[in-house]
Parts: sequence; C-alpha cells; structure tokens
Amino acid sequence: MTYIAKPKFAHPSLQPNAVGYTRRDYEGRVSTLCAGCGHDSISAAIVQACFELDLEPHRLAKLSGIGCSSKTPDYFLGASHGFNTVHGRMPSVLTGANLANRSLVYLGVSGDGDSASIGLGQFAHSIRRGVNMTYIVENNGVYGLTKGQFSATSDKGSKSKKGVVNHDSAIDMVSLALQLGATFVARSFSGDKAQLVPLIKAALRHKGAAFIDTISPCIAFNNHAGSTKSFDWVREHNEAVNRLDVMIGRSPITADYAAGDTVRVEQHDGTVLTLRKLAADYDPTDRIRAMGFLQERQAAGEVVTGLLYVDPEAEDLHDALGTTRTPLNELNTADLTPGSAALSGINASLR
Amino acid sequence: MPITAVNDFVVKFANVNGSGSASANGLFVKSILRMGVAVAARNIFPSNIQGLPTWYEVRISGEGWLGRRGGVDLMVAMNPQTWDRDLAEIEPGGYLFYDSTRPMPPERFRNDITVIGAPLQRICNTAYSDPRQRQLFKNIIYIGVLTYLLGIENEVIETLLAEQFAKKPKLIPANIEAFHMGVEYARENLKPLGLQVQRADAVGDRIFVEGNAAAALGAVYGGATVCAWYPITPSTSLAEAFTDWCEQLRVDPVTEEAKYAIVQAEDEIASIGMVVGAGWNGARAFTCTSGPGISLMQEFIGLSYFAEIPAVIFDVQRGGPSTGMPTRTQQSDILSAAYASHGDTKHVLLLPRDPGECFEFGAQAFDLADRLQTTVFVMLDLDMGMNEWLTEPFQWDDAKQLDRGKVMTAEMLEAGRDFGRYLDVDGDGVPFRTYPGTHASKGAYFTRGTSRDRYARYSEEGAVYVDNMERLLKKFETAKSLVPAPIEARASRPTRFGVIHYGSTGPAMDEAMAALEAKGLYVDALRIRAFPFPGEVFDFIERHDLVFVIEQNRDAQLRTLLMTEGGVDPARLVKILHYEGAPITARFITKEISALMGAPVQSEMAQ
Repeated sequence: MTYIAKPKFAHPSLQPNAVGYTRRDYEGRVSTLCAGCGHDSISAAIVQACFELDLEPHRLAKLSGIGCSSKTPDYFLGASHGFNTVHGRMPSVLTGANLANRSLVYLGVSGDGDSASIGLGQFAHSIRRGVNMTYIVENNGVYGLTKGQFSATSDKGSKSKKGVVNHDSAIDMVSLALQLGATFVARSFSGDKAQLVPLIKAALRHKGAAFIDTISPCIAFNNHAGSTKSFDWVREHNEAVNRLDVMIGRSPITADYAAGDTVRVEQHDGTVLTLRKLAADYDPTDRIRAMGFLQERQAAGEVVTGLLYVDPEAEDLHDALGTTRTPLNELNTADLTPGSAALSGINASLR
Repeated sequence: MPITAVNDFVVKFANVNGSGSASANGLFVKSILRMGVAVAARNIFPSNIQGLPTWYEVRISGEGWLGRRGGVDLMVAMNPQTWDRDLAEIEPGGYLFYDSTRPMPPERFRNDITVIGAPLQRICNTAYSDPRQRQLFKNIIYIGVLTYLLGIENEVIETLLAEQFAKKPKLIPANIEAFHMGVEYARENLKPLGLQVQRADAVGDRIFVEGNAAAALGAVYGGATVCAWYPITPSTSLAEAFTDWCEQLRVDPVTEEAKYAIVQAEDEIASIGMVVGAGWNGARAFTCTSGPGISLMQEFIGLSYFAEIPAVIFDVQRGGPSTGMPTRTQQSDILSAAYASHGDTKHVLLLPRDPGECFEFGAQAFDLADRLQTTVFVMLDLDMGMNEWLTEPFQWDDAKQLDRGKVMTAEMLEAGRDFGRYLDVDGDGVPFRTYPGTHASKGAYFTRGTSRDRYARYSEEGAVYVDNMERLLKKFETAKSLVPAPIEARASRPTRFGVIHYGSTGPAMDEAMAALEAKGLYVDALRIRAFPFPGEVFDFIERHDLVFVIEQNRDAQLRTLLMTEGGVDPARLVKILHYEGAPITARFITKEISALMGAPVQSEMAQ
C-alpha cells in the first residue's frame, strides 16, 4: 500500500503484446513487502500472465481482503481498478462486482489468514456458487503483518519462529476447493514461475470458479527449519503432477512433448491447455480421483502441485441466474423501470 | 349496555398458528374493504410455524383511521390456550364469539359482555370426515357466522372466494358451501350484533398492500439490479417480493434473460459484501434485513461510508436487543443504523410511514445512494412491513430518469477532466467516481478502507486524513437538502406544544391528534421522514415550548439523535415511548399526551 509509483521508463527494446501494451504496462506501484517475499514473485507472475494473455489491463478488476497478500494488488496492474476490501470478505465483494458487470475479468487475491480463517465461509460459498473468477491464495502458513502467529493452514507439528509447535490440524484449501465444486483447482509455488505463470493464464481464461493455492514462503516469519512452508521444505517436497502450456485461440501447439505424455483440455473459450503428465496415474478431469490422489500424497509428506482439476465445460453463477448478456451496470432507466402503465395494473391487482 | 357502532369498531381474532386461520381472516378484511369501508389489520404472531397463539386485529373505521385504536369490541376466541387473556381484553359492553361445541363453565365468562356461541366444531364434524377439512372449513364457517352477525353482504364473500381460488376453481363450491353453513347457522340461531358494517364509499382507489412488497416494488422502479440477502424475519418477504416483481417485470420477453441478479447469501455479512461489490462496480444493489443483520453488517457499512460506495439497506425493524422479539414490531435500530460501524460515521436514514412511502422511498433510496455514494437505509418495521395496509395507489412519473450521480465517463476522461476519486470539485463534498473498466489508461484507482488522499493514494498524514473526514461531513450536510423533508400537521389553533413522530406511528398519531382536539388539547405534529434532519426539524422544535417525541423503542433513540445532531435542550423534548412489541395505539398516544399537557411543568422536570 505504497504511494510510490514506479517510474514509467520503458526500454525501447520492450515488445508490445497483441493489444499494444508492454510488460511494464501491467506493473503496479513499488512493493512495500519484505525483500524476497514470495508474494512479490506471485505479483510478477500475474503481470507476466496478463501480458502474455493480451489482456487489456483496464478490463480486469483485482480485489483482495486484508493482510500481506491482500496488499499486493497495488503492486501489479496499476491501470486496473482495485479494491482492498475487509478481512476475509473479498469473495462476497468480488461476487457482487461480478454480478454487476459480467464483462470484466475478476482476480481475487487473498492469503491463508484471510481465506482459511475469518474468510473460510466466504471462500467456500463463492466457490460453490461458481463465481467466474480467479482466486489466488498466497499461502505462507503464517500471519505476517501481525508478526508470526500460526495460520489455519500451518501444518500440525510445524514449528514457529519462536519455537512453538502447532498442534491444530491444517486446513488444505485445495481439498476444500475440490470438495466445494471449484471447476479449476491448482496448486503452485511462488518459487516456480515456470509452473505458476501458465496456471494463472489458464485460470484467468477459465469460466467458473478457478482456485490456485500458491505456497509462498514468508521470509520474515516462516522460512526457518521446522516450517513446512519454507523455501527449502517446499522445494524438497514439491511433487508436480503435470506441467502446463496454455494456447489461446488458434495458436499452434508447439510443445515438445512426446505423444502419450500429454493431456489436451479445451476450455469453453477455445483456450487449449496442454498438460505434460509427470505422474502417470493422474487425470486432471476426474474430481473424485484427484481428491484421493491428493490425500494419498499428502499423507506421504508431499506437496502436490500442478493443475489438479479442471472442468472445461463449467457454468458460472450468471448461467445459473439466467442473467442478461448486457452487464447489469449498463442497463438504463428504460431497461429497468417498468413505468406508470405497469404500475396501474399492479395497483388494480391490490384492490 | 352492549356497544353499538356502525363502521367503527375493533375485531380481534385469537387463533392457533398454522391452523389456516390467516386466509380466512384475510377474507374477512377484504370483505370490509369491498363494502367500501376503511380497514386496518394487524397480525400479531409468534416466532413459530405451528401451535403457538396468534392474533389478527382488525380496525374498521368509517372515518378512515388506519392506526391501532386500542381495545377490542369483538373477540373471536378460537384459541383455548389464550382464552382468559383474550376475554380480559374485551371492552365493557363488548362481544365474545366462541366455538360452543364444548360447554365452558360459567365462571370462564364475563357478565359485562355479550357472549355468542356457535358449535363450529360440531358443524364441521358432521359435514366433514377428513381432519384437515374439519380444520380448514371451520375457519370459513366462522367467517359465515360473522358475516351474518356484522351485516356483511354474502355476495362480497362469495366473489372474494371465487377470486381467491380462481386458479383452483374446483375448490370454490366447497368453500362457498362451508361459508353458507356458517351463515345459515347464524340466521337460524343468532341475532345480528350491535356492531354493524354498512356499505359506504370511503375506500376510493386505495390499495391494500404490505410495506415489504411495496418497498421491493420501489427497488424495481428505482433500478435495483442486484439483491443479496439472507432470510430473517421480518424482512424475508421483501426479498421474496423483489423476486416475484422481477420475474413479472424484469424478464426480457424475447430472450427470457433476467435484468436482475438475486443471490441468497450465506449470511448477512456476505449479503452486504455483495451489495458493496456491486455498488462499487456501478450496479444498483440492496440487501434487506432486520436488527441482528444490521449488527453483523457494521464493518461493511463503515467501508461503504469511508470508501464511498453506494449501498441500500432495507431494515425491517423488529423487537431487540439480541434475538429479542423477532415477530414483534419496534423502531429500535435508529441509533445503530444512524451511526453504524466503528470510527466516526453517519448514515442517511429514510423513515417511511406506510407502504405508499415504502414504495416511494424504496425507489428514491437508490438515487440518493448513487448521488451521495454511501449507504442509505430505508427503515421499515414489522408493523408496516408484514401487514397489508390501506394506502394511496402507487404513482410513477414516466419522465423520471434514474440519477446515477457523479460518474466520470470515458468521454470526460478523454476530454482531459481531472479525476481525483476523493476530490471535491463542486463544493458539495461529493466526488466523482469511475466504474471499473471505463478507460484504457485513465480513471483507474485503488479503493480501500484505509486513509488516502484526494487522488486515492494511501496516506497516513494527519492533515490528509482530516481533509477527507471533513469532506465526508460536508457531504452529509449536502444530504440534508436531498432527503425527504418533514411534514407538519398544524393544530387548528396556535399552540406551544409540538409532537415529533416518524414511521409507522403516523396513522395512530393522526387519530390521536383528532382525539386530543376533541378534548380541547392542541398540538402541532411534525413527521420526520429522514436523517440527517433538514433545518425544518429544528425550526419546529424552536417554535414550540415543549415537544413530545413519540417512539416505539425504550431509549428514545430519535430524541437522542435530535439532541446530538441539533444540540436541542433535552428538557424540551419529552419522550413518549411504546415498545411492548405490538404496534402503538391512538388511545395510548392520546392518554400520554393528555396527561403530559395537563401537567407540562412536571413532565419537563421528569426528563
């Protein structure tokens, strides 16, 4: 939440994308997070993803709750409207915003404190409603802004910087999202940009509730030995099930995968997701098996990452409500106000 | 002496909840309206679906008084559980009608009233074998008996039954038959009462409608497109009515697409969150709730105030605090709405009097919320919200356009207009806003609940913070000129006494004022219709030595607002409070004011 704007110098060699913007146009203000924070890597991944998607910055709305992660929307997409809402309530505000104007792309950014504790209910209900959004949880397993308390995603047995051992069970938001009916579920790691950028791209193009749990180590309060959200621990235990390439529209598929090793998934809008399979028995279109696989690997101490589930034919909340194609915020008096003649009929029916 | 009255009496039905009495009682009320006589009916019901006592109080008034009068002239005692208290309520000289199938010991009656028995259960048991029919038709049979006793025209009831079952015409003959069983029994065994309904022409083109349905229709006409809500008595029927009105009025006839979005949220917090999100994004959005919901929504209301996001909340007030009396009426959320949320906040309240104003303010609230970019409350209560009231027909001016307030468009940005989200360009405290997605490179800003400067940049500078807070106060001043002005009813003679009242107290106050004049007591009455209070409110107080403030809460909440916001000397504002949960009555107001005007000096001291 800084007021320091990044200088807008653009190196002449910067290439614009198909809609005429350079990568710099997708940046925001200077981050005020700690140097080396995983969250800043996620912000950079969002910038990269939006640039590569040729998304006009002003057609995206970014919303967040309260906490370190929720500060980040100020640090990317400076030309987008942003809304830093209240603690744990980003999902409801995003839902309302989405109802008001279905033509924008919605990105919700939250943290484990914001979404797994106070906001667990709103997280759950926005997912089960199928709000068309990308919901990124920057998960560091700790309350950073208040200096190091355990969060609800801290693993049982993990040790805080002060040496306290967590005795509460961890909430696994990926399992929750799968159970709640999210139609795009992924997990990634802030330190793995090559995996994260395509996941964000695919999520932004997905129609429906897309959830990405991004493990993002807190270098100030949760990066020590004994933490299960530290850079070292995650790198050692990261078990990627697949690697993703996102192809928009009719772009040729140039991935160099051997036949038989890939899964091709075409989303509603024509986006083609090409997944290089790393785990032979993993099918990202089978929700039930995905849930079982996750539990199994989790019990074995692995952090499963990748695109874990996708329903390419998903419907969203607007489909369920039968809302008009025209954004509700563009409807005018003639569209909305039935007039005095209709009122006379209503009066007559009330006598 | 038995009471004799034509078109001026009170009938109270004592029933068991869930016994099907509501539709029979509604039929009774409609029949009186169709006889051209004004009527006011109030449901007094428990927080229960089946089994607990429920009452329906019907005021029949040839003079057109629509408030509760107080007292009961005819008790229709259909609930043995409440027999003793129901009997005790009857006026001396009044009437008791009961089911005489089972004999009652003489000591359970009163000798100063007229008792009319009809063996309703026996008639039913003889005519019907199905237990459900025995129960339901018993209600229609007692309507038949009452029709005869009170001189209501049979044809009126028959027509209403035909209308009621128009979609299930098979049920019409059976209902008419049951109705006639009651009429015939009465004709053969009973005499008409001293209380009579006589055909008149006093209803005119007025309509009979619940405030919640009216407010919901107002929201449709006011251009609301997003409704997020959570069920809570007594506001639930507002969201349900909005759904019905939208299905009727807002579905595109060709594409069948909905020009609205209604979401039943997981709780009140999510409801107001969705409203704030939709308001931020330029749609007109509302939620409806009651006191407990207002408590839950506090944080978001503060965000709406500070981040300046339009929102409309219909608060259908019920008895508080806590779960309180969820099915009884009160005006007890005034302070919690006016100053909702932490920090220094103030919110616009609209205070409708009846369903007519629920419609009018229900639409206007959205213009005000957009114009002022803040939360606007419409403060109904259970009495007007959940009861059908006789009210003037709804009106709409087709020339009226929705006022979206100060919205900077892509064209304005392109033309080089300076956009500062919190910049007071017009001196009225109201800044311009942009909708997300307006322009590719101009007009985007970051919305937050933290302190920021005029260009929406985060700032913890004291002077910047104060500048913003002072502008919000200025904006609240601007609101005074936009909200509905108070309405004064002057006494027929100059007087140093005034009355201030608001909301559903209005109809009882009108009657009390006439009753006071009949006793030679003159008061000017000011009905407040909004907060912040326009200057006329304090001029009125200034013009009177003593002002009675009538409220349906314990702590005189509006009086507190008057003192706080206007610096009024507390001694000049005498509180008159009625908060037992049943709506205030004309007799109560008359009695209280009479007593206070008899000894005004003492009452001043008492404050």
